[in-house]
Amino acid sequence: MTELFNPSRPVLAEQPAAALFGELEDKGILRFLTCGSVDDGKSTLIGRLLYDTKRLFEDQLATLEKDSRRFGTVGDDIDLALLVDGLEAEREQGITIDVAYRFFATEKRKFIVADTPGHEQYTRNMATGASTADLAVLLIDARKGILTQTRRHATIAALLGIRHVVLAINKIDLVGYDEETYARIVAQFDADADHYGFATRVAIPLSARFGDNVTAPSPSMAWYRGPTLLQHLETLELAPAAERPFRFPVQWVNRPDLTFRGYAGTIASGAVRPGDDVVVARTGQPARVERIVTHDGDLAVAGADLAVTLTLDREIDVSRGDVLVPADARPEVSDQVAAHLIWMAEAPMLPGRPYLMKIGTRVVGAAVTELKHLVEVETFKPLAAKTLGLNDIGFANLSLAEPIAFDPYEANRATGAFILIDRFTNQTVAAGMIRFGLRRATNIHRQALDIDKQARAGAKGQRPGILWFTGLSGAGKSTIANLVEKRLHLMGRHTYLLDGDNVRHGLNRDLGFTDADRVENIRRVAETAKLFVDAGLIVLVSFISPFRSERQMARDLVEAGEFIEIFVDTPLAVAEERDVKGLYKKAREGQIKNFTGIDSPYEAPVTPDIHLDTTAHDSEALADQIVDYLTGNGYLPG
Amino acid sequence: MSLSALPHLRRLEAEAIFIMREVVASFDNPVMLYSIGKDSSVMLHLAMKAFYPARPPFALLHVDTTWKFREMIAFRDQTVRRLGLDLRVHTNPEGRAAGINPFDHGSSNYTQVMKTEALKQALDAGGYDAAFGGARRDEEKSRAKERIFSFRSANHGWDPKNQRPELWSLYNTRIKPGESIRVFPLSNWTELDIWQYILAENIPIVPLYFSAERPVVQRNGQWIMADDARMRLLPGEVPQPRRVRFRTLGCYPLTAAVESDAETLEDIVREMFLATTSERQGRLIDHDESGSMEKKKREGYF
Ligand SMILES: Nc1nc2c(ncn2[C@@H]2O[C@H](COP(=O)(O)OP(=O)(O)OP(=O)(O)O)[C@@H](O)[C@H]2O)c(=O)[nH]1
Ligand SMILES: [Mg+2]
Repeated sequence: MTELFNPSRPVLAEQPAAALFGELEDKGILRFLTCGSVDDGKSTLIGRLLYDTKRLFEDQLATLEKDSRRFGTVGDDIDLALLVDGLEAEREQGITIDVAYRFFATEKRKFIVADTPGHEQYTRNMATGASTADLAVLLIDARKGILTQTRRHATIAALLGIRHVVLAINKIDLVGYDEETYARIVAQFDADADHYGFATRVAIPLSARFGDNVTAPSPSMAWYRGPTLLQHLETLELAPAAERPFRFPVQWVNRPDLTFRGYAGTIASGAVRPGDDVVVARTGQPARVERIVTHDGDLAVAGADLAVTLTLDREIDVSRGDVLVPADARPEVSDQVAAHLIWMAEAPMLPGRPYLMKIGTRVVGAAVTELKHLVEVETFKPLAAKTLGLNDIGFANLSLAEPIAFDPYEANRATGAFILIDRFTNQTVAAGMIRFGLRRATNIHRQALDIDKQARAGAKGQRPGILWFTGLSGAGKSTIANLVEKRLHLMGRHTYLLDGDNVRHGLNRDLGFTDADRVENIRRVAETAKLFVDAGLIVLVSFISPFRSERQMARDLVEAGEFIEIFVDTPLAVAEERDVKGLYKKAREGQIKNFTGIDSPYEAPVTPDIHLDTTAHDSEALADQIVDYLTGNGYLPG
Repeated sequence: MSLSALPHLRRLEAEAIFIMREVVASFDNPVMLYSIGKDSSVMLHLAMKAFYPARPPFALLHVDTTWKFREMIAFRDQTVRRLGLDLRVHTNPEGRAAGINPFDHGSSNYTQVMKTEALKQALDAGGYDAAFGGARRDEEKSRAKERIFSFRSANHGWDPKNQRPELWSLYNTRIKPGESIRVFPLSNWTELDIWQYILAENIPIVPLYFSAERPVVQRNGQWIMADDARMRLLPGEVPQPRRVRFRTLGCYPLTAAVESDAETLEDIVREMFLATTSERQGRLIDHDESGSMEKKKREGYF
């Protein structure tokens, strides 16, 4: 049996008053987690750290010895994993099921460590431990190298914004302390490093079981010159949090009597002083901060992470879930966001199903409108998918029942992170990180630009919007769109027509007809149409636009009511029969690949705003139908 | 020393206050378990801060086994009076009628009836949907596994293998009627943090934490205080005066004292740096077997 250190605790002499608080040499707290595949030695490593830093009491050691005899996985030796595997089921099965939080300190620093499970089934518990960590110790069994689960954990750590990673090449004793094995695994990880984008990556060969390079350098690995794990943890400099604007999610309205009305909350970022001008992010209502109230007296300034109560100089509508922000540095406000999701429930994510989103102190209804792709942890290729299963990671558009105030997760974890809750089981089903907003809500005017869309449209005496014509090649889209534009023009309306064939000669000349290119084709056209709408125009877009999801994306880019989907419904047989441009013939002969309707799908609109039946009416009548719709729905005032 | 110079304690304080406010904002009928010990004293102090200038908008609940130290009960009543709080005290009526005590019925039976069952009765009677507890993750290895917002089924059971994910500080507070959440605002505090905070904030605590001469007998290597005439002495046992204090407080026959000269908070913090045993060492019921705490918790114990 290897000699374990004698864990007698250091005897401290008389303490000066400040030393009673142990803050003298405090480099600040470091929160880290251990992660990696099952059985790679995570719990053993934490046990080893606690043991070697002498953080264990005599009675805890006695219990450990007793437990090792009963549950130990290492023969007669002490099983250090049993220090953290605290649940009965974990000890019986010899695996970690849920995250354990442990606290220890050295003379240099305080640590909060989360020991997380490697088993795929419990990935959500790893994410729980990772969500608050600054650093991830990613364990790799030197005999096995990097496994899918190793990659999954690295991916989740990176998505959650962890900036620092330690590659702990563990069980190095089992490969004869071999440098080559170590170097090979490090190279294997580094090949993917760009995908993760960690700011620091330190690789350490170690043996959690025997303590090599954990707190003391290993006598068996003269070839390794780097720091021990503990040295690295003690000295890693955490970049001070970037200067970020003031964010104050209101938690609770404090009204003990009629004379006091305060907004209790924890400052998520930035600082606040009495006299600061703030607004309610959601509504834009302004007010001035009057007092920063605490039990210990009013404060002259309060910074991030402080729990305070603010009073304002006037009565405005503020309730739990609102965010108070500086008038000149506001978050985004939107009811459509794009976010990464880590799915955590057995029941799969279903697009369209209403969940509850908790973001900050706010709870709103939320649905996934579109799953953009699945993040595949082996190749990092975005995969098309319809749903997310347990432990899947996806990138999705979400639509919310009401607009929320948020910052992108990169800019601010506190205002960019959310969870999804199942309305019926009340389970937490997903963790989410907002990447960007998709569209500004109709009733929000965040910036009072002097000349805005309304002003531009007003000068033209019209209501801007997009007439989006979709249908098979040769369905008659361009013909009808052309007729509609002529009529609008005669009525003195300001219009512009974007036609598929024409745009492909210019803006989109670099794009082909693969699915990916089709999506990009539509994205560019949608963005262009949006600019024209902003300019106050009525835009006619005539594109096959075969996929529902991209048409939805185009719809999501503009405000509600500004996107009018027009389905030019011509059955394939009819379009092929007409074959005005002779394209169907070529496609049938195999001269054109990826032709919509032949060897590429067309997803017909389910509920178009206007449905045109080209087999029943001629183009003139169909153009009338559109103009009637516009008049009837108030698009052509005056 | 002022808290503003102690970033670590400041952060822990702010976290606990955030947790308490989440509970008050999200639940209909929360209650705070008040066990009179040092952790409860800190928790109560934090509650006074969290809702200031309002009072904490919930009652305190004390499950009285009738075997607490007399000084604890005196301190409890004095604290409630000083702060003007609403205290509810519950004792298991059947247990009391049957005379269940730690001497005749064994510590685990006694704990089950007078603590676990009593607590469930009190929670059911009050219809509480959330209950604050002062437990810390550093106390015990199954506690180290528990969420801050810890879900309990309608019969108060904890399912440690199936806890809700708990990311960032986004706590899921949704429950169905009858279910409840146990909330632990001090989850991330260590025993040392507690003492340093008590020192920094000068929080009143039961005098039993300070060293004084007290009548004790030695049993199985532990010092047990004869707090009142009900103490069952074994043949040959005679309480002797010793300078002792307590690191943890509970029912006096089940709580061991440590020999100590620590008379001030500063002394206690100094002693903490030198401690070679954990505070659990002084809790006789926790000794039984590894996993006994988890088992009790699954059955509804705090
Ligand atoms: N030889 C050797 N064995 C080790 C080392 N580290 C861990 N082990 C053994 O590997 C086994 C698994 O260790 P654990 O610490 O439970 O692994 P884990 O990563 O926490 O496992 P999960 O949490 O279940 O994913 C145990 O039997 C350990 O004793 C090491 O450095 N060398
Ligand atoms: Mg483990």
